[in-house]
Amino acid sequence: MQTVFSIAIDAFAYGMVLFVISIGLSVTMGLMRVVNLAHGAFAMIGGYIASYAAQNLGLGYAVAVLLAVVGTVIIAIPIERLLYRRIYGAPELTQVLMTIGITFCIIGIANYVFGPTLKTIPLPPALQGSTDLGFRSIAVHRLFAIVCGLAVAGGLWYAIEKTAFGVKLRASVDNASMAAALGVRTEIIYAVSFAVAVGLAAFGGVLGAELLPVEPYYALRYMVTFLVVVSVGGAGSIPGALLACLVLGGIDTTGRYLMPEFGEFFFYLAVIAIICIFPHGLAGRAR
Amino acid sequence: MTLIMNTETVVIKSRQKTTIGRDLIGIGAILIVAVLGYLLFPDNLALLTRIIAIALLVLSLDLVTGYCGVATLGHAALFGSGAYAAGIAAAHYGITSPVLMTLAGILGGAIAGLICGVIILRAHGLPQLVLSISLIYLFHEFANKASSWTGGSDGLSGISPDPLFGAYEFDLWGQTAYIFGVALLLVVFVLLRFLVRSPFGMLCRGIKEDPLRIMAMGASPKIALIKMYIISGAVAGVGGALNAISTQVVGLDSLSFTQSAEALVMLVLGGTGSLFGALMGTVVFMLFEDYVSAANPFHWLTMVGVLLIAVVLFAPKGLYGTAAGFIARRMEKRS
Repeated sequence: MQTVFSIAIDAFAYGMVLFVISIGLSVTMGLMRVVNLAHGAFAMIGGYIASYAAQNLGLGYAVAVLLAVVGTVIIAIPIERLLYRRIYGAPELTQVLMTIGITFCIIGIANYVFGPTLKTIPLPPALQGSTDLGFRSIAVHRLFAIVCGLAVAGGLWYAIEKTAFGVKLRASVDNASMAAALGVRTEIIYAVSFAVAVGLAAFGGVLGAELLPVEPYYALRYMVTFLVVVSVGGAGSIPGALLACLVLGGIDTTGRYLMPEFGEFFFYLAVIAIICIFPHGLAGRAR
Repeated sequence: MTLIMNTETVVIKSRQKTTIGRDLIGIGAILIVAVLGYLLFPDNLALLTRIIAIALLVLSLDLVTGYCGVATLGHAALFGSGAYAAGIAAAHYGITSPVLMTLAGILGGAIAGLICGVIILRAHGLPQLVLSISLIYLFHEFANKASSWTGGSDGLSGISPDPLFGAYEFDLWGQTAYIFGVALLLVVFVLLRFLVRSPFGMLCRGIKEDPLRIMAMGASPKIALIKMYIISGAVAGVGGALNAISTQVVGLDSLSFTQSAEALVMLVLGGTGSLFGALMGTVVFMLFEDYVSAANPFHWLTMVGVLLIAVVLFAPKGLYGTAAGFIARRMEKRS
């Protein structure tokens, strides 16, 4: 019972971190049809900025998180303007190559600037230690990750379902040229959602630094995991991504707890099985 | 009617002549480059042999990506399976004849190609890409765990191939391995030139352009693509076996995601959809890698990234495609 409970909590926290990082990827992929392999690199940049701010500049955790999100968005904007603009609507292979090239560059630069060592982001005292839930105690940081994930999911759900921007966004996802013909400025929608996606990735990178340690090859190592979440959930679907994160987080964490020597084996087996059964993702639609 | 038929046969005949001419030019070019490499780098034949092995991998990737339009980031699974098949045949079953080892590699690669093809072709677009990445990680993990067969992370050692045809030993300088590799590459190249020009090759190109139309014409895209995947696996298996024979060790890196991604980079650098492009991309990339990673290993990844972005932005058809287009325009101008 003890083991089941701790697996459940860890899986939930891990799934939520995955969700925060990959939901931006899912939305931009559904919206702009760009296979963006560089998304993990933005999460990594966020982690590095937060680590630098907290460790070298001695700033507080909240300020570091804020700096990480803003800084990553600022770094990402010129990349979007100069490079991503050219591959919207290009064949998949082109998009894969361009974004993998961007990932390689970011890894190389991170390796050069920050060195190949692991970076930690010191937690504030309030998030350290564990809290008592009455029948069991769990780490506060895990709880914090879960709350943040739920908050992001709720916020996005509200923004997409209930606001005017959400209506335009959904229209552009369904049919971009039709939406443009009806007077929706799709370019602005694209730019805003790209910025939000990158910001969320950076936030997730900082939030998940305990579970997915920040190092130069972060972008390559977890790129697969984020892509898997998106394609298992179905591009552009928030409930799908949430479900995929919980399922995959559960499988991965259970595998690690019960059969650590087989590592990722069952994770990838499950991914292959899910995609073979649902080729458009759990909540995706056939196009 | 007969007149039209006549002109058509004439056109076909002249086209056949030019393609056969291009085949001969290709064979000649491979031989010249091989001899040049031998004369210029006599101390570095191991690198040249590795280039040939990787060139076979890139050719096999070209078959599915360039000719069939399947984007995959897991093609090293086929290469590694071939390498492990050849290595296991030699280390565990005592099959040490290089020719038999190559056949084992072909078989291993073809089986891996069948498995990967059946799975990867179930989806399209992003899920397809994710399937290919998951597959390469699955193969990697499997080889890592089955360490009694594959040696795990230490690599599979104890491969000592017999002398080729009983006469030419695989020595420390790697001359035999290099010549064996060049011969394999030539045979594969000629066979592939026939393959891509055959009705089956044309069918695959048609599937790349418009699968719906091919279905309307009564052919099954899926079966054709799976066949192509098996052939591609056999080609990659030759490369893997060559690598196992020449280095006498098979490491987990031959089944890695990085190897798959690099193969794709080489293919795109050279130009997809052309066998010459695949060869050219491999040679340029591998020599560049050897030079830069020796000079400045720290910036190697950044360089590859910049190279990739530059190719996508400025030479989307790859080096060979761009060069061929340039020459064709010049010829047109002159005539």
